[in-house]
Amino acid sequence: MDLFSCDVLVVGGGGAGLRAAIAVAESHPRLRVAVISKVYPMRSHTVSAEGGAAAVIKAGDSQDAHAYDTISGGDWLCDQDAVEAFVREAPEEMLRLEHWGCPWSREPDGHVAVRPFGGMKVERTWFAADKTGFHMLHTLFQTSLKYDAIQRYDECFVTRLLVDEGRCQGLVAIELATGKVLAIAAGAVILCTGGCGKVFPFTTNANIKNGDGMALAYRAGAPLKDMEFVQYHPTGLPFTGILITEAARSEGGWLLNKDGYRYLQDYDLGKPEPRPVLRSMELGPRDRLSQAFVKEQEKGRTIEGPYGHYVHLDVRHLGEKLIDRKIPFVRELCLKYMNIDPVKEMIPVRPVVHYMMGGISTDIDGATPLAGLYAAGEAACVSINGANRLGSNSLTECLVFGARAGQAAAEGAGQRGEPSPALVAQAQDEQRRIEERFLHGTGGAEKIATLRAEMHQTMEASAGIYRTESTLKEAAGTLEGLQERLPDVALDDHSHTFNTELTAALELSYMLDLAQAIVQSALERRESRGSHQRTDHPGRDDGAFLKHSLAYRSADGRPRVEYLPVKITRWPPGQRVYGR
Amino acid sequence: MPPTVTTVTLDVARYRPEQESEPTVQSYEVPFRKDWVVLDALNYVKDQLDGSLSFRWSCRMGVCGSCGMTVNGQPRLTCAAFLSAEPSGPIRVEPLRYFPVVRDLVVDITDFMRKLKKVKPWIVRNEEKPLAEGEYRQTPDQLDAYKQFSMCINCLLCYSACPIYGLEPSFIGPAAIALAQRYNMDSRDEGARERLQILSEHDGMWQCTFVGECTKACPKHVDPAGAIQQYKLTSAAHWFKTLLPWGMK
Amino acid sequence: MSAGSHYTPYHPRWYRRRVSVWWWLQSRSYTGFVLRELTSVFVAFFALILLGEVRALGQGPDAYARFLARLRSPLFVTLDALSLAFLLFHSITWFNLAPTAMVVRVRGKRVPGLVIAGANYAAWIVLSAAVAAIVLRG
Repeated sequence: MDLFSCDVLVVGGGGAGLRAAIAVAESHPRLRVAVISKVYPMRSHTVSAEGGAAAVIKAGDSQDAHAYDTISGGDWLCDQDAVEAFVREAPEEMLRLEHWGCPWSREPDGHVAVRPFGGMKVERTWFAADKTGFHMLHTLFQTSLKYDAIQRYDECFVTRLLVDEGRCQGLVAIELATGKVLAIAAGAVILCTGGCGKVFPFTTNANIKNGDGMALAYRAGAPLKDMEFVQYHPTGLPFTGILITEAARSEGGWLLNKDGYRYLQDYDLGKPEPRPVLRSMELGPRDRLSQAFVKEQEKGRTIEGPYGHYVHLDVRHLGEKLIDRKIPFVRELCLKYMNIDPVKEMIPVRPVVHYMMGGISTDIDGATPLAGLYAAGEAACVSINGANRLGSNSLTECLVFGARAGQAAAEGAGQRGEPSPALVAQAQDEQRRIEERFLHGTGGAEKIATLRAEMHQTMEASAGIYRTESTLKEAAGTLEGLQERLPDVALDDHSHTFNTELTAALELSYMLDLAQAIVQSALERRESRGSHQRTDHPGRDDGAFLKHSLAYRSADGRPRVEYLPVKITRWPPGQRVYGR
Repeated sequence: MPPTVTTVTLDVARYRPEQESEPTVQSYEVPFRKDWVVLDALNYVKDQLDGSLSFRWSCRMGVCGSCGMTVNGQPRLTCAAFLSAEPSGPIRVEPLRYFPVVRDLVVDITDFMRKLKKVKPWIVRNEEKPLAEGEYRQTPDQLDAYKQFSMCINCLLCYSACPIYGLEPSFIGPAAIALAQRYNMDSRDEGARERLQILSEHDGMWQCTFVGECTKACPKHVDPAGAIQQYKLTSAAHWFKTLLPWGMK
Repeated sequence: MSAGSHYTPYHPRWYRRRVSVWWWLQSRSYTGFVLRELTSVFVAFFALILLGEVRALGQGPDAYARFLARLRSPLFVTLDALSLAFLLFHSITWFNLAPTAMVVRVRGKRVPGLVIAGANYAAWIVLSAAVAAIVLRG
């Protein structure tokens, strides 16, 4: 085992993680900051984000308007102080990225261009064609190379946080290339590991999105907030789950059922107009669009394919020129992966798991209730997304709260010395656990893929777009059964060198913990709000549930749900109105 | 799931440094499905047949750059290599050429990571513009001048296609030079001179003899070969200018 | 990292495959590339002939006549024919690559590759025609 130490340790090298690391390096140049990630930073899932990032810069827009769109889009479950900080700091963060070289799409006069986006009343989404996340991530990563203070541990898989005297003081990780166990002591740890879409079978999320950081925090005693809120993106490709960006609709694409009818008009989302209308029809919020799909399917008006039902996204009327200029990646993905040319054909789409509104509970500075532990990005829940995130808020969130968490962690870290004997002992325990459990061939006849598939089925059946008490209860039982079978998983691979079966087993155990937290939080929220729709409790219940759920891991491993009031500053709960 | 019509054989390169000193080939029989890519077949192997096979993958949509391998002799993103597009017979899957193999289909790319940093792939300014003054103006045409080179996903297929890199691993390589050019051509950047110095060194652009395979291998149409040749032209012009008595210092 | 050393835990042993001497036969484009590189020898050969010719001219009519006679030998005719073929190959492959190296912008828009290659070919033909006209008239 090798021992290292640093002042601020960032877990995850995506948008939030890199922004946090740069914030530390810029504001506290004397601190040693490290980024540890199970993949090279440029592989992080931020890379897949397509449509854009929201921030108010244009005349005719206002930060209050952005805040209102965000809060109403989140069905009033957002913490409004966090949203206010978010919309205030968003423009500066986006400008900073422009100064670092992000290739934002431009207007003819050279100013940054913005596009409309779902749930937003005004055009305020900055974009780099339809590869916004890709360009943001590479800009951040390449800029981070400039800072010699940022040290990287690439391809190191974190297995546990080290907590001593009530404070997070570092972590244990496996260096994938060698299998060596590293113990890294740190004054502060920031978790920026993204969401856990892979808990579900059908998702836009990359293979690496297993909620590692959420599970690490949960196991270390920090609560997970609002885990029941899972966003389905209304337009994913069947089978692969590849995301077709919302920009396809914001540029004027239509959603059509099997009769070629723009069915959203039947679901209180406005009237069909030939050109896109903000906060209306195809530019409604994602939760409402995904729910409309399910209703449409129930009416038998969707199309049945080999991978389930789907509807059509039609962009043909936009013309080849606009498609190539504004949404070239959509065309590339359709051509490459579906053998379909959207210039001439309609794109088959269906709702697919996309984003976790919930995550590690943090305050407005990214601090979790566990001292020394911070979180940002999708892994965290600062509560700007509430019960449903608006498209193009998440990339901006990575920047704003990545920077905030970096600052706060740097201030709270202090200089670190060598790891204490107690930490070293914990790390040695962890090394022994991994060796004995996985590499020395214990376990039974269970296979990772089997348990994972059962978890997937359970989650899709119980915690999908519509939920109900009985299936959620059943799912909680099934997940407990899977947890009990987990120790019987045996590995084929007992080697130290780049053992991806070992990491898959660890990821599965993380995901099972999170699946339980999702199901339990969903079970106990007996109302419908945003992306959490209970068929047995169809209305929103502000009296009982205008509050965040907090899932704690209890001693027996089961989740225990508590509640925390929502912070309301200026926007009292109201009705969500779209298309009217 | 649609019914399995038939099967296809994958001949996969294995290398387990704890057991063997040289790579071997292992064959796996996997279902042949029209909408499967090579990566799906590898995942089938990993999940159902042999959990010990190691390879990298993540986004499965051609943008994270993780899953580059050599498929039937060609450097490919396995997430975009359809089984149905390969010629009949076994499909050979090997790690990317010219990189040291860590394990099975996983190669070591630390060399590239070092080279990337070396070319200073960030905006260099003599004087930073304060944020309060807003954005740098950049017209769509100015954006177009470097946009293509900014599309690199660092998948390293270009290195794997470049025989020069195979023969001379110190060569800084296609992607790194293309990314240097990406910043040179950016109207906001003022670091071209610094980068030219780095790329004019022995291991820089002059190692390239314009094989052109990097551009053919690139899944994102970055055209690194073009970037390198343009760089050479700039460099030569710069050198000529220094020869002139009235030329620049 | 040497291939002979035994693996010990936590010390990676990477495998680096040697590039075969015959790497350029592995694919048609590699072979084409190496051919293009090799044909530069014939470009040099042609230049040497030209230099020899100038030198003979400087030495007087006798020396020049002797030089021309030597060029008429079967060996040189064969070599010249080969040179011409390879020079053509070299020129054509080079012109085909030209659009990659040359980025010409007119009013901010990139001139398409076909135009650039075409311009190169056109210039080649015009120059060749001019040379042919001078030679044939003389």
